[in-house]
Amino acid sequence: MIYADNAATTKMSGAAANAMTACMQDTWGNPSSLYSLGQRAKEALEDARERIAACIGASPKEITFTSGGSEADNQAIRSAALLGARKGKRHIISTAFEHHAVLHTLKRLEGEGFEVELLPVGALGTVTAQQVSGAIREDTALVTIMYANNEIGSVLPVSEIGAVCRERGVIFHTDAVQAAGHLPIDVRAQNIDLLSLSAHKFHGPKGIGALYARQGVPLTNLIEGGAQERGKRAGTENVLAIAGMAAALEESCSHMAENAARVSALRDKLISGLSRIPRSALNGDPVNRLPGNVNFCFEGIEGESLLLLLDDRGICASSGSACTSGSLDPSHVLLSIGRPHEVAHGSLRLSLCEENTEADIDAILKAVPEIVTYLRNMSPLWKDKVSRKRAFVL
Amino acid sequence: MALYSEKVMDHFRNPRNVGVIEDADGVGEVGNAVCGDIMKIYLKIEDGIVSDAKFETFGCGSAIASSSMATELIKGKPLSKVLQLTNKAVAEALDGLPAHKLHCSVLAEEAIRAAVKDYYDRQRIAYDPKDFPDCGSCEGCHG
Repeated sequence: MIYADNAATTKMSGAAANAMTACMQDTWGNPSSLYSLGQRAKEALEDARERIAACIGASPKEITFTSGGSEADNQAIRSAALLGARKGKRHIISTAFEHHAVLHTLKRLEGEGFEVELLPVGALGTVTAQQVSGAIREDTALVTIMYANNEIGSVLPVSEIGAVCRERGVIFHTDAVQAAGHLPIDVRAQNIDLLSLSAHKFHGPKGIGALYARQGVPLTNLIEGGAQERGKRAGTENVLAIAGMAAALEESCSHMAENAARVSALRDKLISGLSRIPRSALNGDPVNRLPGNVNFCFEGIEGESLLLLLDDRGICASSGSACTSGSLDPSHVLLSIGRPHEVAHGSLRLSLCEENTEADIDAILKAVPEIVTYLRNMSPLWKDKVSRKRAFVL
Repeated sequence: MALYSEKVMDHFRNPRNVGVIEDADGVGEVGNAVCGDIMKIYLKIEDGIVSDAKFETFGCGSAIASSSMATELIKGKPLSKVLQLTNKAVAEALDGLPAHKLHCSVLAEEAIRAAVKDYYDRQRIAYDPKDFPDCGSCEGCHG
């Protein structure tokens, strides 16, 4: 099997699995209990918090554990919105291609009287700090812009955006789910006030994430109950997942430069090979790009068929077609960069990690063109384009 | 549970009747590129019987499988029977489709009806237009 869907989830690392097994066997107590078994669990929890904080340049008390990236996004945005509303600020700036955890939370806030401004992301799929600066108003409560896009891999100028927000006194949240463990993060140097993480995107377990909130940015509870996480997130802490997350993030961060060099070389080989397919186009920023992300549109075919045939050859990938999104519309990300519906249906995302090999890339580069040709040969849309009854889009 | 039945995967992996009939007696095309699926059916008709059927499809796995199954179901059948083919019959012959994919079987039914209508038009055979509703009614694209 060739796993090329690391943006969807990653295989757990040995370090994470070992940390979790140890935790299950030895430190399974409740961290809130006062006897030593509970206190050992508490120590494991706080040790993980310290190590995760260190990986992103934060202090431990600025880290709140959540059930994952979506919860972290929800809590970050709701917290900043509430802080803004108290001062009469009800304007929120974001982008058109955020993750649904952000967009749907913003949609909900619109219903609660907030005004949401989604910045256009242009053909390459990015925004500039100038765009953000131009959109900030007296009543702006929050800027929430992702660190890197999960579908098309564009890495956004977060440091510049952070500087603008800090200068203008606006809270800045970034969904760093795709970036953590893959790109350097320093919340202080980058002027980030709120940042979301998800463990399973960097070889940690699923169902665990974290929200960094700069000291001085109080969080609002989404879940009421006990006093865990300094009263900001009730529920007995998932100590073993948290231990796994810390081990995975530490490992990813300690090998970040070498992994990025290796993976981006594989990525570039894949991009250059797939570019040879006629009427194809790379999606996302070709330069400022996640090390493992490859995303193409192929004209005249539909993404789900492509995925099923890749699966038959043992290749795991994903697509932004409507049929794979479970809705009638293709990916909002591909539409946001100006891809027409018909081309967005024919998209393929391959997301690599350090475990992928040259042989994997060769196999993908053999399979994809063959399958695209096969599907085009049975596509009336493609034939109409070839015979010039319809215009090519790419 | 797998996304699709074995039958769907079989017809997707080994689609029957893919291709073009150059001297077709009736051709029907439905769907559109914006929605992500287009089906084109070619019919050869001899003595009121479908002697050959082929298809070309731009679409997902179940769209390709539905086209394949639908062409199999109408080959050798008289037009009166062909016009009775429902999307439900196509879906059932495939051992079912996921709810959000039933639209693909609807497209197959409509493509076949469009091809028969084209045949009637070419042959100047009278028919009741009510038997050939416009595909604009399908909620898959127009809902």
